[in-house]
Amino acid sequence: MVIGLGHYLTVAAVLFTLGVFGIFINRKNVIVILMSIELILLSVNINLVAFSTHLNDIVGQVFALLILTVAAAEAAIGLAILVVFFRNRGSIAVEDVNMMRG
Amino acid sequence: MHLRRVVPSGFGIYRQAIGFPSGSHGHVGRGRSRGGLCLSMTVTAAFFYLFATITIASGFMVIASRNPVQSVLFLILAFVNAAGLFLMMGAEFLAMILVIVYVGAVAVLFLFVVMMLDVDFAALRQGFLQYLPFGALIGIVLLIELIFVVSAYVVDPGLMRAPAVPIPAPDVMTNTEALGQVLYTRYFYFFQTAGLILLVAMIGAIVLTLRERVGVRRQNISMQNARTQETAVQVRKVPFRQGI
Repeated sequence: MVIGLGHYLTVAAVLFTLGVFGIFINRKNVIVILMSIELILLSVNINLVAFSTHLNDIVGQVFALLILTVAAAEAAIGLAILVVFFRNRGSIAVEDVNMMRG
Repeated sequence: MHLRRVVPSGFGIYRQAIGFPSGSHGHVGRGRSRGGLCLSMTVTAAFFYLFATITIASGFMVIASRNPVQSVLFLILAFVNAAGLFLMMGAEFLAMILVIVYVGAVAVLFLFVVMMLDVDFAALRQGFLQYLPFGALIGIVLLIELIFVVSAYVVDPGLMRAPAVPIPAPDVMTNTEALGQVLYTRYFYFFQTAGLILLVAMIGAIVLTLRERVGVRRQNISMQNARTQETAVQVRKVPFRQGI
Protein backbone atom coordinates (compact mmCIF):
# COMPACT_ATOMS: atom_id res chain seq x y z
CA MET A 1 0.00 0.00 0.00
CA VAL A 2 2.13 2.83 -1.32
CA ILE A 3 0.87 6.38 -0.96
CA GLY A 4 1.89 8.22 -4.08
CA LEU A 5 1.30 11.44 -5.91
CA GLY A 6 -2.11 10.32 -7.18
CA HIS A 7 -3.49 9.95 -3.67
CA TYR A 8 -2.66 13.53 -2.78
CA LEU A 9 -3.99 14.81 -6.09
CA THR A 10 -7.25 12.96 -5.44
CA VAL A 11 -7.63 14.57 -2.02
CA ALA A 12 -6.96 17.98 -3.55
CA ALA A 13 -9.44 17.35 -6.37
CA VAL A 14 -12.20 16.34 -3.94
CA LEU A 15 -11.50 19.38 -1.78
CA PHE A 16 -11.58 21.68 -4.82
CA THR A 17 -14.91 20.23 -5.91
CA LEU A 18 -16.32 20.71 -2.43
CA GLY A 19 -15.24 24.35 -2.53
CA VAL A 20 -16.88 25.02 -5.89
CA PHE A 21 -20.00 23.15 -4.78
CA GLY A 22 -20.12 25.23 -1.62
CA ILE A 23 -20.04 28.46 -3.63
CA PHE A 24 -23.04 27.31 -5.63
CA ILE A 25 -25.27 26.01 -2.86
CA ASN A 26 -24.66 28.74 -0.29
CA ARG A 27 -25.85 31.62 -2.41
CA LYS A 28 -27.27 33.55 0.53
CA ASN A 29 -24.35 33.37 2.88
CA VAL A 30 -21.22 35.28 1.94
CA ILE A 31 -19.28 33.96 4.93
CA VAL A 32 -19.60 30.37 3.74
CA ILE A 33 -18.64 31.47 0.22
CA LEU A 34 -15.44 32.99 1.61
CA MET A 35 -14.77 29.76 3.49
CA SER A 36 -15.30 27.81 0.24
CA ILE A 37 -12.69 29.99 -1.44
CA GLU A 38 -10.32 29.15 1.41
CA LEU A 39 -10.97 25.45 0.77
CA ILE A 40 -10.21 25.89 -2.94
CA LEU A 41 -6.93 27.65 -2.19
CA LEU A 42 -6.05 24.93 0.32
CA SER A 43 -6.56 22.27 -2.34
CA VAL A 44 -4.32 24.20 -4.73
CA ASN A 45 -1.68 24.29 -2.02
CA ILE A 46 -1.93 20.53 -1.52
CA ASN A 47 -1.38 20.09 -5.27
CA LEU A 48 1.67 22.37 -5.26
CA VAL A 49 3.28 20.66 -2.28
CA ALA A 50 2.55 17.18 -3.68
CA PHE A 51 4.25 18.02 -6.95
CA SER A 52 7.09 19.72 -5.08
CA THR A 53 7.74 16.49 -3.20
CA HIS A 54 7.25 14.34 -6.25
CA LEU A 55 9.64 16.32 -8.44
CA ASN A 56 12.12 16.88 -5.61
CA ASP A 57 11.91 20.61 -6.26
CA ILE A 58 11.41 23.14 -3.47
CA VAL A 59 10.04 25.88 -5.74
CA GLY A 60 6.55 24.42 -5.37
CA GLN A 61 6.70 25.05 -1.64
CA VAL A 62 7.80 28.65 -2.25
CA PHE A 63 4.77 29.24 -4.42
CA ALA A 64 2.51 27.49 -1.91
CA LEU A 65 3.78 30.03 0.63
CA LEU A 66 2.88 32.90 -1.72
CA ILE A 67 -0.60 31.46 -2.26
CA LEU A 68 -1.00 31.28 1.52
CA THR A 69 -0.17 35.00 1.69
CA VAL A 70 -2.65 35.90 -1.01
CA ALA A 71 -5.32 33.79 0.67
CA ALA A 72 -4.81 35.58 3.98
CA ALA A 73 -5.02 39.00 2.30
CA GLU A 74 -8.13 37.94 0.42
CA ALA A 75 -9.81 36.76 3.61
CA ALA A 76 -9.07 40.07 5.33
CA ILE A 77 -10.38 42.19 2.44
CA GLY A 78 -13.42 39.95 1.94
CA LEU A 79 -14.39 40.10 5.59
CA ALA A 80 -13.93 43.89 5.62
CA ILE A 81 -16.23 44.24 2.61
CA LEU A 82 -18.69 41.91 4.35
CA VAL A 83 -18.72 44.03 7.50
CA VAL A 84 -19.32 47.24 5.50
CA PHE A 85 -22.03 45.54 3.47
CA PHE A 86 -23.79 44.26 6.57
CA ARG A 87 -23.60 47.72 8.12
CA ASN A 88 -25.32 49.24 5.09
CA ARG A 89 -27.87 46.55 4.34
CA GLY A 90 -28.47 44.55 7.48
CA SER A 91 -28.06 41.26 5.63
CA ILE A 92 -25.27 39.28 4.04
CA ALA A 93 -27.23 37.68 1.19
CA VAL A 94 -25.42 37.70 -2.12
CA GLU A 95 -28.65 38.39 -3.96
CA ASP A 96 -28.73 41.88 -2.48
CA VAL A 97 -25.24 42.67 -3.71
CA ASN A 98 -26.49 44.05 -7.04
CA MET A 99 -27.31 47.30 -5.23
CA MET A 100 -23.59 47.99 -5.37
CA ARG A 101 -23.49 48.34 -9.11
CA GLY A 102 -23.19 51.78 -10.61
CA MET B 1 25.89 24.64 12.13
CA HIS B 2 23.46 22.09 10.89
CA LEU B 3 21.33 20.36 13.44
CA ARG B 4 21.02 16.69 12.73
CA ARG B 5 17.38 15.87 12.77
CA VAL B 6 15.83 12.58 13.67
CA VAL B 7 13.76 11.53 10.70
CA PRO B 8 10.70 9.45 11.50
CA SER B 9 10.70 6.33 9.45
CA GLY B 10 7.48 7.11 7.64
CA PHE B 11 8.89 10.18 5.90
CA GLY B 12 11.82 8.37 4.38
CA ILE B 13 9.68 5.55 3.19
CA TYR B 14 7.21 8.00 1.74
CA ARG B 15 9.89 9.95 -0.07
CA GLN B 16 11.23 6.78 -1.58
CA ALA B 17 7.81 5.50 -2.36
CA ILE B 18 6.63 8.43 -4.41
CA GLY B 19 9.62 8.52 -6.64
CA PHE B 20 12.39 10.31 -4.88
CA PRO B 21 15.78 9.49 -6.30
CA SER B 22 16.99 6.83 -3.95
CA GLY B 23 20.55 8.07 -4.19
CA SER B 24 19.96 11.10 -2.02
CA HIS B 25 17.68 9.36 0.44
CA GLY B 26 19.06 5.89 0.46
CA HIS B 27 20.49 6.39 3.92
CA VAL B 28 17.06 6.79 5.48
CA GLY B 29 15.92 3.26 5.18
CA ARG B 30 19.30 1.65 5.42
CA GLY B 31 19.65 -1.26 7.73
CA ARG B 32 15.97 -1.76 8.34
CA SER B 33 14.57 -5.21 8.14
CA ARG B 34 11.94 -6.07 5.60
CA GLY B 35 9.20 -6.46 8.22
CA GLY B 36 9.83 -3.04 9.68
CA LEU B 37 9.67 -1.50 6.22
CA CYS B 38 6.26 -3.00 5.53
CA LEU B 39 5.00 -1.91 8.94
CA SER B 40 6.10 1.70 8.49
CA MET B 41 4.54 1.80 5.04
CA THR B 42 1.31 0.60 6.55
CA VAL B 43 1.55 3.25 9.25
CA THR B 44 2.20 5.92 6.61
CA ALA B 45 -0.80 4.80 4.62
CA ALA B 46 -2.94 4.69 7.74
CA PHE B 47 -1.99 8.25 8.66
CA PHE B 48 -2.57 9.42 5.11
CA TYR B 49 -6.06 7.95 5.02
CA LEU B 50 -6.82 9.35 8.48
CA PHE B 51 -5.78 12.88 7.54
CA ALA B 52 -7.36 12.74 4.09
CA THR B 53 -10.67 11.41 5.37
CA ILE B 54 -10.98 13.98 8.13
CA THR B 55 -9.96 16.80 5.76
CA ILE B 56 -12.57 15.89 3.18
CA ALA B 57 -15.30 15.18 5.74
CA SER B 58 -14.74 18.49 7.51
CA GLY B 59 -14.56 20.26 4.14
CA PHE B 60 -17.97 18.84 3.38
CA MET B 61 -19.28 19.95 6.76
CA VAL B 62 -17.98 23.49 6.10
CA ILE B 63 -20.34 23.88 3.18
CA ALA B 64 -23.19 21.78 4.54
CA SER B 65 -23.38 22.93 8.14
CA ARG B 66 -26.43 24.91 9.19
CA ASN B 67 -24.64 27.21 11.56
CA PRO B 68 -21.75 29.37 10.25
CA VAL B 69 -19.98 29.07 13.61
CA GLN B 70 -19.86 25.31 13.10
CA SER B 71 -18.64 25.94 9.55
CA VAL B 72 -15.70 27.94 10.87
CA LEU B 73 -14.87 25.24 13.41
CA PHE B 74 -14.93 22.57 10.70
CA LEU B 75 -12.72 24.82 8.56
CA ILE B 76 -10.20 24.84 11.41
CA LEU B 77 -10.37 21.03 11.55
CA ALA B 78 -9.82 20.82 7.78
CA PHE B 79 -6.78 23.09 8.00
CA VAL B 80 -5.22 21.15 10.86
CA ASN B 81 -5.58 17.88 8.98
CA ALA B 82 -4.25 19.45 5.78
CA ALA B 83 -1.24 20.48 7.86
CA GLY B 84 -0.88 16.80 8.73
CA LEU B 85 -0.89 15.97 5.02
CA PHE B 86 1.78 18.62 4.41
CA LEU B 87 3.84 17.10 7.18
CA MET B 88 3.61 13.70 5.53
CA MET B 89 4.78 15.22 2.25
CA GLY B 90 7.85 16.65 3.97
CA ALA B 91 6.82 20.32 3.93
CA GLU B 92 7.20 20.94 7.64
CA PHE B 93 7.48 24.70 7.45
CA LEU B 94 4.32 25.06 5.39
CA ALA B 95 2.47 22.75 7.78
CA MET B 96 3.40 24.90 10.76
CA ILE B 97 2.59 28.10 8.85
CA LEU B 98 -0.78 26.63 7.95
CA VAL B 99 -1.54 25.99 11.61
CA ILE B 100 -0.26 29.38 12.78
CA VAL B 101 -1.59 31.63 10.02
CA TYR B 102 -4.81 29.88 9.15
CA VAL B 103 -5.96 28.43 12.43
CA GLY B 104 -4.45 31.19 14.50
CA ALA B 105 -5.35 34.22 12.41
CA VAL B 106 -7.69 33.69 9.48
CA ALA B 107 -10.08 31.24 11.10
CA VAL B 108 -10.26 33.34 14.25
CA LEU B 109 -10.98 36.38 12.04
CA PHE B 110 -13.84 34.43 10.47
CA LEU B 111 -15.08 33.48 13.91
CA PHE B 112 -15.03 37.11 15.06
CA VAL B 113 -16.96 38.28 12.01
CA VAL B 114 -19.52 35.49 12.27
CA MET B 115 -20.16 36.31 15.90
CA MET B 116 -20.08 40.08 15.38
CA LEU B 117 -22.70 40.17 12.63
CA ASP B 118 -26.14 39.67 14.02
CA VAL B 119 -27.45 37.58 11.16
CA ASP B 120 -30.63 35.58 11.07
CA PHE B 121 -29.07 32.27 10.18
CA ALA B 122 -32.38 30.51 9.58
CA ALA B 123 -33.22 32.93 6.77
CA LEU B 124 -29.87 32.32 5.17
CA ARG B 125 -30.64 28.68 4.61
CA GLN B 126 -33.66 29.41 2.45
CA GLY B 127 -32.90 28.74 -1.19
CA PHE B 128 -30.53 25.94 -0.23
CA LEU B 129 -32.60 23.37 -2.12
CA GLN B 130 -33.27 25.83 -4.93
CA TYR B 131 -29.61 25.95 -5.90
CA LEU B 132 -28.84 22.34 -4.99
CA PRO B 133 -29.50 20.73 -8.44
CA PHE B 134 -27.46 23.33 -10.29
CA GLY B 135 -24.64 23.20 -7.79
CA ALA B 136 -24.67 19.40 -7.79
CA LEU B 137 -24.49 19.38 -11.59
CA ILE B 138 -21.51 21.72 -11.65
CA GLY B 139 -19.81 19.81 -8.84
CA ILE B 140 -20.28 16.41 -10.46
CA VAL B 141 -19.03 17.63 -13.84
CA LEU B 142 -15.99 19.18 -12.21
CA LEU B 143 -15.32 16.06 -10.14
CA ILE B 144 -15.52 13.80 -13.22
CA GLU B 145 -13.13 16.03 -15.12
CA LEU B 146 -10.70 16.09 -12.22
CA ILE B 147 -10.92 12.30 -11.89
CA PHE B 148 -10.03 11.99 -15.58
CA VAL B 149 -7.06 14.27 -15.05
CA VAL B 150 -5.87 12.53 -11.88
CA SER B 151 -6.22 9.05 -13.36
CA ALA B 152 -4.54 9.84 -16.68
CA TYR B 153 -1.74 12.31 -15.96
CA VAL B 154 1.86 11.58 -16.85
CA VAL B 155 4.66 13.57 -15.28
CA ASP B 156 7.30 14.63 -17.78
CA PRO B 157 10.45 12.63 -16.92
CA GLY B 158 12.55 15.63 -17.87
CA LEU B 159 11.09 17.51 -14.91
CA MET B 160 12.08 14.71 -12.56
CA ARG B 161 15.65 14.78 -13.83
CA ALA B 162 16.20 18.53 -13.66
CA PRO B 163 14.52 20.21 -10.68
CA ALA B 164 15.01 23.98 -10.52
CA VAL B 165 16.05 23.87 -6.86
CA PRO B 166 16.43 20.35 -5.48
CA ILE B 167 15.19 19.65 -1.97
CA PRO B 168 18.19 18.86 0.21
CA ALA B 169 18.19 15.66 2.22
CA PRO B 170 16.46 16.10 5.59
CA ASP B 171 19.58 15.46 7.61
CA VAL B 172 21.66 17.96 5.66
CA MET B 173 19.33 20.93 5.93
CA THR B 174 15.96 21.48 7.51
CA ASN B 175 12.98 22.28 5.35
CA THR B 176 12.74 25.79 6.84
CA GLU B 177 16.35 26.56 6.07
CA ALA B 178 16.12 25.23 2.52
CA LEU B 179 12.99 27.28 1.89
CA GLY B 180 14.61 30.42 3.27
CA GLN B 181 17.71 30.00 1.15
CA VAL B 182 15.56 29.99 -1.96
CA LEU B 183 12.92 32.50 -0.93
CA TYR B 184 15.25 35.34 0.04
CA THR B 185 17.59 35.00 -2.93
CA ARG B 186 16.08 33.58 -6.05
CA TYR B 187 12.47 34.57 -5.36
CA PHE B 188 13.22 37.79 -3.55
CA TYR B 189 10.92 39.91 -5.72
CA PHE B 190 8.07 37.48 -5.18
CA PHE B 191 8.66 37.78 -1.46
CA GLN B 192 8.58 41.57 -1.67
CA THR B 193 5.41 41.44 -3.75
CA ALA B 194 3.78 39.21 -1.14
CA GLY B 195 4.65 41.79 1.48
CA LEU B 196 3.17 44.53 -0.69
CA ILE B 197 -0.04 42.52 -1.12
CA LEU B 198 -0.32 42.16 2.65
CA LEU B 199 0.24 45.90 3.10
CA VAL B 200 -2.45 46.72 0.55
CA ALA B 201 -4.82 44.27 2.24
CA MET B 202 -4.18 45.83 5.63
CA ILE B 203 -4.71 49.40 4.42
CA GLY B 204 -7.75 48.34 2.40
CA ALA B 205 -9.38 46.62 5.35
CA ILE B 206 -8.77 49.65 7.58
CA VAL B 207 -10.08 52.12 4.99
CA LEU B 208 -13.15 50.00 4.31
CA THR B 209 -14.22 49.54 7.90
CA LEU B 210 -13.28 52.97 9.28
CA ARG B 211 -16.31 55.16 9.68
CA GLU B 212 -16.81 58.72 10.85
CA ARG B 213 -19.66 58.70 13.29
CA VAL B 214 -21.75 61.84 13.54
CA GLY B 215 -22.28 63.31 16.98
CA VAL B 216 -19.02 62.06 18.43
CA ARG B 217 -16.85 64.80 19.96
CA ARG B 218 -13.22 64.35 18.99
CA GLN B 219 -10.15 66.23 20.09
CA ASN B 220 -8.78 68.42 17.29
CA ILE B 221 -5.28 69.26 18.36
CA SER B 222 -4.43 71.73 15.59
CA MET B 223 -7.60 73.64 16.35
CA GLN B 224 -6.68 73.71 20.03
CA ASN B 225 -3.21 74.99 19.25
CA ALA B 226 -4.58 77.67 16.91
CA ARG B 227 -6.58 79.26 19.74
CA THR B 228 -5.18 82.54 21.01
CA GLN B 229 -6.16 84.74 23.87
CA GLU B 230 -8.10 87.02 21.52
CA THR B 231 -10.30 84.26 20.18
CA ALA B 232 -10.79 82.55 23.52
CA VAL B 233 -11.29 85.30 26.12
CA GLN B 234 -13.36 88.42 25.85
CA VAL B 235 -12.80 91.26 28.32
CA ARG B 236 -15.88 93.42 28.81
CA LYS B 237 -16.31 96.56 30.90
CA VAL B 238 -19.27 95.99 33.15
CA PRO B 239 -21.12 99.19 34.07
CA PHE B 240 -21.96 99.68 37.75
CA ARG B 241 -25.38 98.29 38.79
CA GLN B 242 -26.40 97.49 35.23
CA GLY B 243 -24.84 94.22 34.24
CA ILE B 244 -24.44 93.11 30.69
